[in-house]
Amino acid sequence: MRLSRRPDLPRSIVARSHRTKSLWLVGLVAILALLLMLSVTVGTREVAWTDIFAALSGKVDDIGQAAVAVRIPRTALALMAGAALGLAGAVMQGVTRNPLADPGILGVNMGASLAVVVGVAWFDIASADAYIWTAVLGAGCSAVFVYTIGSLGRGGATPLKLALAGAATSVAFSSMVIAVVLPRADIAGGIRSWQIGGVGGATFDRILPVLPFLAVGFAISLLSARKLNSLALGDELAAGLGERVAVARAAAALGAILLCGATTAICGPIGFLGLVVPHLCRLLVGVDHRWLLPFSMIGGACLLLAADVVGRIVARPAELDVGIVTALIGAPFFIWIVRRQRVREL
Amino acid sequence: MTSLTLNAIIEGRQRRGRRHFRLVGLMLVLVLAIFALTLSVGQSITPPGDVLRVLLGENVPGATFTVGQLRLPRAVLAVLAGLSFGLGGVAFQIMLRNPLASPDIIGISSGASAAAVFAIILLGMKGPMVSVFAVVAGLGVALLVYGLSSRNGVAGTRLILVGIGVSAMLESVIAYILSQAPAWSLQEAMRWLTGSVNGAQIGQALPLVLALVVFGGLLLSRSRDLEALRLGDDTAAALGVRVNATRIMIIIGAVGIIASATAITGPIAFVAFLSGPIAARIVGNNRSLLIPSALIGALLVLAGDYAGQFLLPGRYPVGVVTGALGAPYLIYLIVRVNRTGGSL
Repeated sequence: MRLSRRPDLPRSIVARSHRTKSLWLVGLVAILALLLMLSVTVGTREVAWTDIFAALSGKVDDIGQAAVAVRIPRTALALMAGAALGLAGAVMQGVTRNPLADPGILGVNMGASLAVVVGVAWFDIASADAYIWTAVLGAGCSAVFVYTIGSLGRGGATPLKLALAGAATSVAFSSMVIAVVLPRADIAGGIRSWQIGGVGGATFDRILPVLPFLAVGFAISLLSARKLNSLALGDELAAGLGERVAVARAAAALGAILLCGATTAICGPIGFLGLVVPHLCRLLVGVDHRWLLPFSMIGGACLLLAADVVGRIVARPAELDVGIVTALIGAPFFIWIVRRQRVREL
Repeated sequence: MTSLTLNAIIEGRQRRGRRHFRLVGLMLVLVLAIFALTLSVGQSITPPGDVLRVLLGENVPGATFTVGQLRLPRAVLAVLAGLSFGLGGVAFQIMLRNPLASPDIIGISSGASAAAVFAIILLGMKGPMVSVFAVVAGLGVALLVYGLSSRNGVAGTRLILVGIGVSAMLESVIAYILSQAPAWSLQEAMRWLTGSVNGAQIGQALPLVLALVVFGGLLLSRSRDLEALRLGDDTAAALGVRVNATRIMIIIGAVGIIASATAITGPIAFVAFLSGPIAARIVGNNRSLLIPSALIGALLVLAGDYAGQFLLPGRYPVGVVTGALGAPYLIYLIVRVNRTGGSL
């Protein structure tokens, strides 16, 4: 008699864990909504609530309303960039099975930066579409490059080798960005935006062209959740389960690269977000990518919005680029992961 | 052991010793040659005779300003900074037995750079105080990285990864401070981000010379113990080296020298990392690498600065040149270690 009840047990556990995860999801969305509101209301200039509502409904009559009107596209950009980077980080950690994978650490964002700078300086690219294609191409090339170097030889892509290859590539690319930009007085003013990422100065005109890229990237990445779950078991086991390992890995990586490249094309390189967010989300929902990926998206958006708001508050009347804030939050986190995990020896 | 073999060993050792000194002498000559080249050949060519007369204090119309005010301080600073980075870098690499554990990879250079830029821009400090500030901060960062990476002993891998994290954070601190600067000058920013000897003044050389004498002397006086550390802590202890005391001395010396140089030229990318391995490749591993590595550092900075100024299209700070040079080498190192499977 008792035996007959036992099949119910796992199902109830599963149901309960689903309930907890759903609760977390609701909570996270609530936080996101709160941060969206903060991002529109908080800034260098104090704006009255009436002006904020007026601006949200499209009026730009006085300076307060105009200030809020500038914050709206900025908030939208932070939302999308954060979601893209959080998701890209989760996918990269899944694809490489490496806890230190992150678009910033792996030099992917710097690669996109370099590609855009080279395109602007030497090939006179000007249209928004060309920008994004160039950035995606740069991101893809540097991702393949870093991963190839990091995974040469015995032991495959260990965290140390990947991080070192990424760091070296980042420094080299960063040097090259300077080398390309420095003699060009006409674009040298923009050198900062290619070294440090930020979401300031966003307009809907600039955001619009990346939307298709982001949409495709989001779709590919989210659809690869099940494949990433198989890959997490190890290549042999995944192949045994009928997964075409190389194809699955390439598809997921393509999604992540689209997301990073498109984001870097408008924001510049923003580091560490893709590292921090998936780790935090894993604490909440565990390692199942079907939950982890959407959570990383929302979590990434939350973190980037929060970092942007903080950057506006701490350095008044100036603003702190969001790339600086994420590095300040993310680097200690990186160290924490290194200390906590028994990182495989080289 | 027969006296014949003994003689052969002695003779071999002497031969290697002579070779070592020949190679070090060659490096010294090269440094002097490039030094002389930077003094006499630039946008315009000054005859060597005029250069010599300027150096002796004579007033040569046309040459006194170019050589005495522009080229000489720049070349002197390049040599001093190169010596400092080369010496400090190799000391760390030998002590931690890992070429990746150089001060510019594990965050000590960026710590000193962040402190210097903080002192100059936010506290309005000038001159030697900046160097002192940078040295203290560099020591603090070294302590932090060391402390954060020790858990059941310091594992090399963890130390390097923690260092990468720390330097990423410090670099964003530098970027933040630069963004607070009243006028965001690209030249200044370049100095603190990648290192440069632009706008050098001869007065800046004094703290560097002092640091080289004090901290460099400390390192050189410990060079025998440092050699013993290369064999491993246990073996070194068995040979009578007080491991912990030596290590503390070396950290103080190396950080002091690196931070003093960084306070003036900024963290010239990868010089500390490159000098030691290049020197080892040239003179072999039999003798102390401290002096060869210092000379290679001076060569790298001098040549890099010269190339950045005159050989490339456009004028680049030396850090951009060494940065573009050092990164491929780091990648090569990663690739090579995979093939040999040994430790880095």
